[in-house]
Amino acid sequence: MDEKLLELVDISKTFDTTEALRDINLYIRRNEFVTLLGPSGCGKTTILRIIGGFEQPTTGRVLFEGKDIASLPPYKRRVNTVFQRYALFPHMNVFENVAFGLAIKKIDPRTIERKVASILELVNLANYGERSIESLSGGQQQRVAIARALINEPEVLLLDEPLAALDLKLRKGMQIELKKMQQKLGITFVYVTHDQEEALTMSDTVVVMNDGVIQQMGTPEDIYNEPKNIFVADFIGESNIIDGIMIRDYLVEFSGRKFECVDTGFGENRYVDVVIRPEDIKIVKEGEGMLTGQVKSVIFKGVHYEMLVESQDYTWKIHNTLMEPIGKKVGLNILPDDIHIMTKGGEAHE
Amino acid sequence: MKKFLKRFYVFLIFLFLYAPIFVLIAYSFNSSRSRGAWGGFTLKWYRELFMDREILSALKYTIIIAVLSAVISTILGTAAAIGISQMRKFPRNIVMNISYLPVLNPDIITGVSLMILFIFANIKFGFKTMLIAHITFNTPYVILSVMPKLKQLDTHVYEAALDLGATPWYAFWKVILPQIMPGIVTGCLLAFTLSIDDFVISFFTTGVGVSNLSIAVFSMARRGVNPKINALSTLMFLSVLILLIIVNVRMSRDIKAKKQKEATLV
Amino acid sequence: MNRKSIMAYPYIVWMVLFIVIPILLVFYYGFTMESSAGLTFSLENFKRFFEPVYLMVLVRSFILAALSTGICLLLGYPLAMILASKDFKRKNMMLLLLIVPMWMNFLLRTYAWLTLIEKKGIINSLLSNLNLPTINIIYTTRAVVLGMVYNFLPFMVLPIYTVLSKIDKSVIEAAEDLGANSLTTFKKVIFPLSLPGVISGITMVFMPAVTTFVISRLLGGGHYKLIGNLIEQQFLSVYDWNFGSAISIIMMIVILISMGILSKYEEVREGGGIV
Repeated sequence: MDEKLLELVDISKTFDTTEALRDINLYIRRNEFVTLLGPSGCGKTTILRIIGGFEQPTTGRVLFEGKDIASLPPYKRRVNTVFQRYALFPHMNVFENVAFGLAIKKIDPRTIERKVASILELVNLANYGERSIESLSGGQQQRVAIARALINEPEVLLLDEPLAALDLKLRKGMQIELKKMQQKLGITFVYVTHDQEEALTMSDTVVVMNDGVIQQMGTPEDIYNEPKNIFVADFIGESNIIDGIMIRDYLVEFSGRKFECVDTGFGENRYVDVVIRPEDIKIVKEGEGMLTGQVKSVIFKGVHYEMLVESQDYTWKIHNTLMEPIGKKVGLNILPDDIHIMTKGGEAHE
Repeated sequence: MKKFLKRFYVFLIFLFLYAPIFVLIAYSFNSSRSRGAWGGFTLKWYRELFMDREILSALKYTIIIAVLSAVISTILGTAAAIGISQMRKFPRNIVMNISYLPVLNPDIITGVSLMILFIFANIKFGFKTMLIAHITFNTPYVILSVMPKLKQLDTHVYEAALDLGATPWYAFWKVILPQIMPGIVTGCLLAFTLSIDDFVISFFTTGVGVSNLSIAVFSMARRGVNPKINALSTLMFLSVLILLIIVNVRMSRDIKAKKQKEATLV
Repeated sequence: MNRKSIMAYPYIVWMVLFIVIPILLVFYYGFTMESSAGLTFSLENFKRFFEPVYLMVLVRSFILAALSTGICLLLGYPLAMILASKDFKRKNMMLLLLIVPMWMNFLLRTYAWLTLIEKKGIINSLLSNLNLPTINIIYTTRAVVLGMVYNFLPFMVLPIYTVLSKIDKSVIEAAEDLGANSLTTFKKVIFPLSLPGVISGITMVFMPAVTTFVISRLLGGGHYKLIGNLIEQQFLSVYDWNFGSAISIIMMIVILISMGILSKYEEVREGGGIV
């Protein structure tokens, strides 16, 4: 599990004049499920295309089991891709699509037939071999694309927003299926998505990207609970972000009050950003909380209520399973553990 | 009543379109040379047609040039379309706009300009010049037929083939080519028919002893009416009709087969 | 990926040799004159074209082509509508029949009319057998227009038919539902929607009609000179390449400009979301 299967070293990529990737360093371990997460245009697909061999990095090395493969064409890499809109061959039926990679390797037809049958079974498409591509639903096409890639037994499977075109319900089902498949087959998955929930549900490691730069890399829990910067905090889940001053280690001031926290190492009297998750703010009776505010709006979100509570200098977004009526004055409590301190824009002020 | 009027109108138009052709066919069997009178049934004109050296040689050249120019312009044009689609916008626009010239320009200007070129370059007029001219006006049509198919291609499909281990060459043959095939076939047929039908450009680019059917008909018709042309028209009409019926029947059969296949699957 | 653009190079060479250079040569000859010092730059050829004799040829070509296009539209639109209407059976058969004459050699089609309307042709022998006065239209303007209409009518019908048969039937039903009678529906809905087809039909008829020299030569005799005949004459019998090139340039520019305008118009319509 600890072996580095694939490693990107100092990768940067420039298209004409725009810089798509800058100083990308990351490694992927065998059998890992790694997700590249970020808004569109952040460079995550470019990384995937560099691993797949469809783009050459401007600088840097791509190491596969320690050997540089940056100049190797796609068809010589032990990597397969599930494309965003599947890129199935429209002039071939399901069987021919799935058998494509094996046919190139000149494997004997009987073996091909057997392998295709078993992989179609795996993706729940047994007996669909003769069907034409256009007669399949989006979800079925998706499975064909996965089968077509998996049948080649790649070392790494690259998936470029494979579920983006599916409706919500199908997407949820496929998330679970993909994860199960990955565990069963023991193949390394590199998965690209802009859906943070998808990333958190499926991955072993999440790589958050923005503007061609890796923002944070870690387990889903780390990323969610300990976002490294404002971007990650804002992109992953929802956050209240408020200006504050780090008085000294373990003590921060915001909203006109000092709070205990668990962060250290910011120096003394520095301007910082304070990030607090909406579900980490507890509502108590007026006067009993650290802060007071007035409920401005309430929206029912299915599992919880989302409330906006206005205190003297900030409107807090709060998630709670119990509802407070609009206009009611309430107290707010925040535990030290739930306060996340971040350097302001990377630079510290006096 | 309304329905009747509609049908009557359609009938009149088709009468207008077909009457001249049917008259030609009828008179190709008329033994009297004059148009006014029916002199009895004869196959004389067909016999004469097949003995006419000039017409037979024109037929030969028409077919040879149509086949050669269709094949060459299909290869040239398909390769060009693929190449052009990979170009940057600016050179691509230039090449495409120039390619439109022979399509938009009146045939007579294309013919005349090629004639000037051949004289200027001191090339002997004849089979070669006519073939060059046909390839020149055919190729843009092939490009215009293949281009939309290339545009419809999902670029990721080519990448998917490479990803699955196909070399670029293999991916081209197995993935790109089958998908643009309908466009290539359309372009090839278009080139073939345009070449067979061309008169104006051939007229300006041919030389002594080399003519196609259109030129032969033109020079005969200029000398007045000739029953041999009636026989020729009849044969041409029948071959076009048979060809189109075959194509049509095959197409509707394909559609039916496809529908049936889908019905059994669903 | 970009290495694939090499595949276009053979064609580009061909294109430069046989499209670009010939057109440049036409321009070269059009802007020069034969003089004692060889070919010298001159606008004389263009000036000469504006002499009344030649200008008349241009005007006549445009009038005849416009007339033929108008007749084709008048005859063709109703046919296209009838063929496109849903209660018309054997649609494919009729379309096939419409296409067959198009596939027949253009010269043979023109020749067919020659035999029909000749002085001693079939129509006249029929008429005289019935003791009716004979008609004498061969080698007249009417014969030329007839030949153009006959040759180009299918080119008008097909594009209009294609557009009409693609019109969403519910749009027409909506118009009727909103109280439009069939005339209003036609004027306000069907005709505007079919305009792209009408425009491409007009283009497909007008362009070959205005530049033809075969129809005028065969059916109009020697004396109905159109611009095509003028060009042909300059190159093949008078051997005045310079004047011939100048006329070609004028014609080319007029046609390219009008095509440009028409295609703009089509684009605007399509861009407007009507089609």
